[in-house]
Formats: sequence, C-alpha cells, structure tokens
Amino acid sequence: MTERCAVIGIGQTYHKAKREDVSIAGLVREAARAALDDAGMDWGDIDAVVVGKAPDMFEGIMMPELYLASALGAVGKPMLRVHTAGSVGGSTAIVAAHLVQSGIHKRVLTVAFEKQSDSDAMWALSVPRPFSAPLLAGAGGYFAPIIRAYMHRSGAPNDVGMKVAVKDRLQALKNPYAHLHLPDISLKMVEESIMLWDPLHYLESCPSSDGAAAMVIASEDVAESTSKVTGRPPAWVHGTAMRSEPTMFAGRNQVNPQAGRDCAKDVYAQAGITNPRQQLDCAEVYVPFSWYEPMWLENLGFCDEGDGWKLTESGATALDGGDIPWNCSGGVLSSNPIGASGMLRFLEAALQVRNMAGEHQVEGASRALGHAYGGGSQFFSMWVVGSDKR
Amino acid sequence: MTEENLAPVTMLSTPIRLDYDFTAGLAQSKTLAGYAQGKFIGQRCPKCKQVYVPSGGSCPTDGVAMDEVVELPNTGTVTTYCIVNVPFAGQSIELPYICGQILLDGANISFMGLLQEIPTDEVRMGLRVEAVWVPEDELGPNLSSVKYFRPTGEPDADYETFKEYL
Amino acid sequence: MSAPKPVVGNRPVAICSFAQSPSLRRVDQANEVEMLMPVIAEVFAKANMTKDDMGFICSGSTDYLIGGPFSFVMALDAVGVWPPKSESHVEMDAAWALYEAWVQLQEGVIDTALVYGFGKSSLGDLSRVLAMQLDPYTMGPLWPDQVSLAALQARALLDRGLSTEQEFAEIAARSRHDALKNPNAQVRNEIPVAELLEEAYAVSPLRRHTLPPLSDAAAAVILVAGDRAYDVVDRPAWITGIDHRVETHAFGARDLAVSTSTAMAAKIAGVGNGPVDIAELHGPFAPQEVIVRQAIGLDDSVTINPSGGPLAANPMMAAGLIRMGEAASRIWDGSATRAVAHATSGPLLQQNLVCVLEGES
Repeated sequence: MTERCAVIGIGQTYHKAKREDVSIAGLVREAARAALDDAGMDWGDIDAVVVGKAPDMFEGIMMPELYLASALGAVGKPMLRVHTAGSVGGSTAIVAAHLVQSGIHKRVLTVAFEKQSDSDAMWALSVPRPFSAPLLAGAGGYFAPIIRAYMHRSGAPNDVGMKVAVKDRLQALKNPYAHLHLPDISLKMVEESIMLWDPLHYLESCPSSDGAAAMVIASEDVAESTSKVTGRPPAWVHGTAMRSEPTMFAGRNQVNPQAGRDCAKDVYAQAGITNPRQQLDCAEVYVPFSWYEPMWLENLGFCDEGDGWKLTESGATALDGGDIPWNCSGGVLSSNPIGASGMLRFLEAALQVRNMAGEHQVEGASRALGHAYGGGSQFFSMWVVGSDKR
Repeated sequence: MTEENLAPVTMLSTPIRLDYDFTAGLAQSKTLAGYAQGKFIGQRCPKCKQVYVPSGGSCPTDGVAMDEVVELPNTGTVTTYCIVNVPFAGQSIELPYICGQILLDGANISFMGLLQEIPTDEVRMGLRVEAVWVPEDELGPNLSSVKYFRPTGEPDADYETFKEYL
Repeated sequence: MSAPKPVVGNRPVAICSFAQSPSLRRVDQANEVEMLMPVIAEVFAKANMTKDDMGFICSGSTDYLIGGPFSFVMALDAVGVWPPKSESHVEMDAAWALYEAWVQLQEGVIDTALVYGFGKSSLGDLSRVLAMQLDPYTMGPLWPDQVSLAALQARALLDRGLSTEQEFAEIAARSRHDALKNPNAQVRNEIPVAELLEEAYAVSPLRRHTLPPLSDAAAAVILVAGDRAYDVVDRPAWITGIDHRVETHAFGARDLAVSTSTAMAAKIAGVGNGPVDIAELHGPFAPQEVIVRQAIGLDDSVTINPSGGPLAANPMMAAGLIRMGEAASRIWDGSATRAVAHATSGPLLQQNLVCVLEGES
C-alpha cells in the first residue's frame, strides 16, 4: 500500500549564470544543508539520497553523484541517480517520494543540480551525427516551430508570449533566489530584445543558470513529529505521476502531447482533482519558453484546447490578481539550472502549501501542482501537494 | 610561502578529448547510403504502415524493426518553421536563416532542414519545397549532402493535408 | 503455493522473465536500439506478455559510452511507448533500475515492470571514458585508466595476504570453463591455471586473464508482484531481500581490500538468514570477486558465477542486471532454491547492490 509522505525540508541555492564561488560539491551542499536545516535534521538523520541531473556532458563528469557521495552525506547509505532529460528534477523527487511511500525508508534527501558554467551545454547538445542537419539551432530552434504551430492552431495574438515573459519576470522580483531580476521588465523591453528564434524573442527564453534544489521527504510519523519540533508545516504529497511517449512518431501531437495529458489525468485522479483551475490554488509549471504557458494550460486541463492564451491574456495566471497563479517564483523563465529546474517547480509548489514562499506566497494556498517536462516534450513528471493530508 | 601567496583557486580547466565510433545501425545505414546517392530512403513499419525518414531502426510506437525500404521523392511541404538569429560556435550559415520542418511527399514524419532561396519574411506553413543536393562528387552518407531546400513555386499545401505532422 | 515472506519490503515481487543479447567485442551492424529490440521482444515472449501489460518501465544506461547526450531517449524506441507509459531511467547499471521498479511495486498500485539496460563498450576507449567518473579536481585530470586502478585494489588485497595470484587465475579459469555452457558469454574456453599464470602482466599484479572483456550487449527482465507471478513462471524467483549502499569516492579514505558497502547491503538483504546455493557476483576484475565474496560472507559451498560471470562477459550498464537474471534462471530451472545476485557501480566497487532470490522448495 502507498504510505503517506510529506516534504518537511526545502533548500535551494541562489541561482546565477556562474557560481564561481562554489564547486559542484559546494553547490549541492548549499541546497542540501538548507533543506536539512528546514527539516530540523542533520546528515546522519537521512536514510537514503536520490540525486538527479540532466546529461552528464553538461558538466563533463560521468555519473558525478559518485564523487559527490561524501558531500551529500550518502556514504554508507543507498544512493540513486536519476536522469530523465529536462523532467529529471521532477522525476528525482518522485523516486524519492516512492522510497517513503513504499515504506522502505522514512527520511530521504533528494537533490538536483546543474552547473552549466562548468562546461558548455550547447556544445553537449550539439554532438555532430551524420543523420542530423548541421543547423545548430539549439533548444529554441527545436521548440520555436512547435510554438508557431500552436499560434496557428489557436489563433492566439502574437503578444501572448511576451505577456508571459513580463509576468514571470515581475514575479521573480519577489523571489530572492531567482537568477534574473529585471526590475524594468516591460512588454516594450521584451519586444525590443533580439528575435532569437522567430517567433521567440531573447527575453521570451529561459536563462542558463548554475543552481541546485533539495528536499527532505519523510514518512507520516516523522513529518508529524519533526513539524512539532520545528514549528514548520509539512507539504503532504497527494499524488505523483510520470509519463513518457516516443520522441518522434507519425502523427505525434507535439503542441499538446498525449503523455502530458495522461500524466495530468493520473496525478489529478490520485489527488481527487476534477477541476484543476478551481481546486488548485497555484501551479509551478515548467515554462522554459514563454508560449509554453498557454500551451501547458491546455495540456494540463486548466481550460479547453485552444483557450490557454485567453487565460494568460486575462491575467488569470498572475500572482497579482489572478485566480490561478502560475510560476509565482518566476519559473524557469527566471532561473534555469536545467537538472534542478524541475525540482524547483516541485519544491516551490511545496513552499506554497506550507505558506513559506515569502513575498511570492499565494495567500492561503492549500493545494498546488508541480510540473516538469523534458526532451522534446515527451517526458513528463508531476505532483500535487497540499497543506492537509489526503 | 605565506598565506597571501595562496590565492583561492576558483577555476580549474581540464581539456577532455574522447573519440567515438558511431554505429549508424542496420536501418539508418540505408538512409545514409541513400544520401550518398542523392536520394531520400525511408522505411515502412510492418504494423502501423507509417513511413519514417530517417528511420532509427525501430518503429517508435510499435517497437518493431522496419524492414520495408521506401524511396521518397525530392519534394515536400514545410509544416512549420522558425527563423534562427542566434550565433553559435561552429555555425557555418549566415544569420538569419530559416529552419523548416520538412514533410517529404509520402512520408509520415517531418525532419528539420535549412530553407534558402526565399526571403525570411516570405516563408510560411504549407510552403512547397524541394531538396537541393550538393554536387555529385561531394555527396556523402550524411544529411550534409542536402545543401538546402528551396521553394518549388507550386501552390501552398492545404493545412488539412499536413496538420497531423506538425 | 505462496511466496516466501520478504526480509526487506512488504510485498513479494519476483523476477519472472529474462533475456539478453550475446555479449560481443563489437556489435557493429546494429545500433543501440537494434541491439535492444530483440531482447525486449524476447523478454516479453518468454513471459507471454506485451508492453501493454507493463505498469512501469525503468532502464539503466550512460551517455558517456555513446559519447552523446540522452542515449536512453533513443533506446526507448525499442519498446515503443505508445500509448504513453509510466517510465523512468537511472544513469546507473540497470540493476538499480530494477531496484527503482521493485520499490514502486511495493506500493501495490502496479503489479508488473519491465527493466532493461544496455551498453556498448566498443564505441570509445572504455578505460579513458571511465576516467570521466573520477573526482574532476584531484583524480580526473590525471586520466588514470581503470586497469591501473584495479591493480591498486589487487595489490592491496595481495599485500594484506587476503588472496593470491593463483586464486585470481583459478577464478578466471573457472569463469571461462563455466561460460562454455552459456551461449551469451564472450570469453569461453578450457585453460589450465598454470598456463594463465604464465601470461605477462597487463598492469602488475593483474595479468590479462584477470581483466573483464570489453563487451557490447543488452539485457532485460520482467518483474511481477504477488500471485500473478505464477501465471508467468512455474517457480518464480522471489526477491526476499534487496539493498544497496555507496562508499566514499576517495580511494585514499577507503580500505580497498574490503567492501564495506557490499557487506552492509548483504546484511540488510538477509543473505545470512539461510544457506545460499549459487551466487552471481559482479566483480569485473578477478580480485574483486574475492573482495565481494568475502564481504557477502559466502563460504566454499556456494557455487559462484555459474554463468561465467563478468570475466566472461561484461557489458557496461547491463552486467549487474544480468547477474540478477542469471541468478533467477537458476531458481526457475530448480538448480538453486536460494541465490544471491550482486551488482557494482563506480570505480573500485564504490557502490554495491545485493539481492537475495528464493524459490519455493
């Protein structure tokens, strides 16, 4: 049977383009130590460690968790290393949750990171192969044509993406950990930024960040007893789900992938959610390029197909005045340590329902969605967390 | 040595060189051999009957080998596209350039290709294009054999005919 | 019929199907997907199941073998995950993918899982590739090759009087002999120990025969929970104990002649709770078998590596999972009632997994 589990400790680094003040070990410890402090625990209290990050070639170290074992206090413990492309931060948290839900462990530390400045991610993604055209278009070059297809299908006006870019950066100003703090952000500023991958402007794309995220996930009894001591509430896990579909296949709906819809359906069923817009108080959703907000609004069932842009345009997804705020932390558009980006979504959802998000707190939030996707939108991981047990 | 001499080391560069052989695989070899002859070679799945070019060796949805070889024509449709204006190390094409998703006639999957001989503000979804190959003596078993795609001048394809392949 | 009560976990889960491709020095026609596809087909056929019967899919592989990112992404096409599936991947030997799947099966929400791993050592220079695993500040830049590192470990063992070069050679001879019965093994021959001891050192004190072969191969297993296991196989190989532990990466901080992580995992998995008939150990270098065997606490009555073990075939990222599949096969065919499978990951046995498999007597 699935045992209850909860997030009782949360930590993250200050995300930056280059964290030259710390090594990879220093980076992951910064997040892990903060999570342990939040949980009122020390390294020795942890039963197992689950590490996640995107491709090893991003830092140029094969299975870096092996060398990080001591830094993460994993010596003498079980340690797992997850890699599911961009969704990895989410999948890593889910693997950690299962270790508790299965009754195997009671206190699991999970950490995800990327130190992009240690190598060159663009290089790592562009290993020449004879079957690919020598176009070197990068991730934006992959997603921009899909965004164009969405715009065509939905008839969305051209400025919706820019509105998301502004909204998320304004919200990032309330998050001290966010990489991008752009106090002067405006539609005009986004519009005047260079058109990198038409239809995507520079400011509609995520930055490249160094950063790490960590959580302590605990069993029901541990969560209750530690919470009494620390005075900080747990975030109860109401459901977790992962889904994958093939990368490329005939008739694949890349704009609104089936795997994303199935994953959402599964996690909502576990959490007892039938109307996500009404029943969730906020969501942290992996939006690395602005247009993915309206696209995922539809994919995740917050509205009907074709209506996502209308929700964005109406301000429904804004922290300031919206009924279903998305990415109050500033999201991936404001901080993108790739391997950790998914875990940051999961972690921010947990912060919200613990009422510990500080300036970007959604008042009274009691149920939130954390979401990550990866690859060419074929890998999805999601969880729903709440301030009450379910 | 005094402590002042021991400035903190903040960066350590380790040059890495690793050489790999690339296994094209049984199915992909046929596609690559086709490029060397200036032809698009695809494969059909025995179960779902869809035509893949290039084929990775298995049908992504059925997980079975695709053994039927299908030669595809030089013409196709731009299903969607983007205009690239980002400089990258190693880039050899002048900015801005157009990356199109090309659905060859008779194929059931599109692939990314360079579009030329059309101004960036005239490109559109549904544009009919054809492949321009490098001169015969430069053909090789890789996609670099296709120099680029250019408009054929035919009327645009109807959205309904390619909307499943975006 | 009823499954033995597990020592770790609450729900009995069994290995019910296993397939592997022959280990070869170089699979040069098929790419990874094509190497894996027949293995996946076979593991389903043996179980009389399809991908649609699977509640979860988990794989193990590593990008640095192929030299490009996301090698697991392409490999997924060998399964055909459509409609979409619940699926995950570890950048570890697939034995740990099996562990992840086993954890999920404990919860009782799903009853079945497909686990697979694959690796081609032939694409790059494996010794150099594996140097990428080392501490990037203090060890990696020195580019130590894996044979030299294994020689350090062998030397520690010899100097402590815990083994002899004679024993290393006996392990190699036994492995090659047993591999004659394993059509998937790569190094299979009958060779006297005396002859092996005449070989020159590759890196002292390691002679060539103490080194694992470079292998390309893939492997897959199907896990089934509860009574459904009996629908698949007459005598399921029940996982009654499974655990894994990691040690520090700093060689200087470890006693290389012993494996404390293996010993811990073996204790938690309950190896000592009963007699062991056979063990499949993943010590790729001959001296490592001595260390692992000692750590698990297996006496001379236990048959070690009846498949020929990693000295006969050592496909990276799959060799650990193959140990579990081979051990399960001995339960299915009745030649063992209680078996141990071991997997290792990282340099010099840094991380180890021990699994106890039992069949009803």
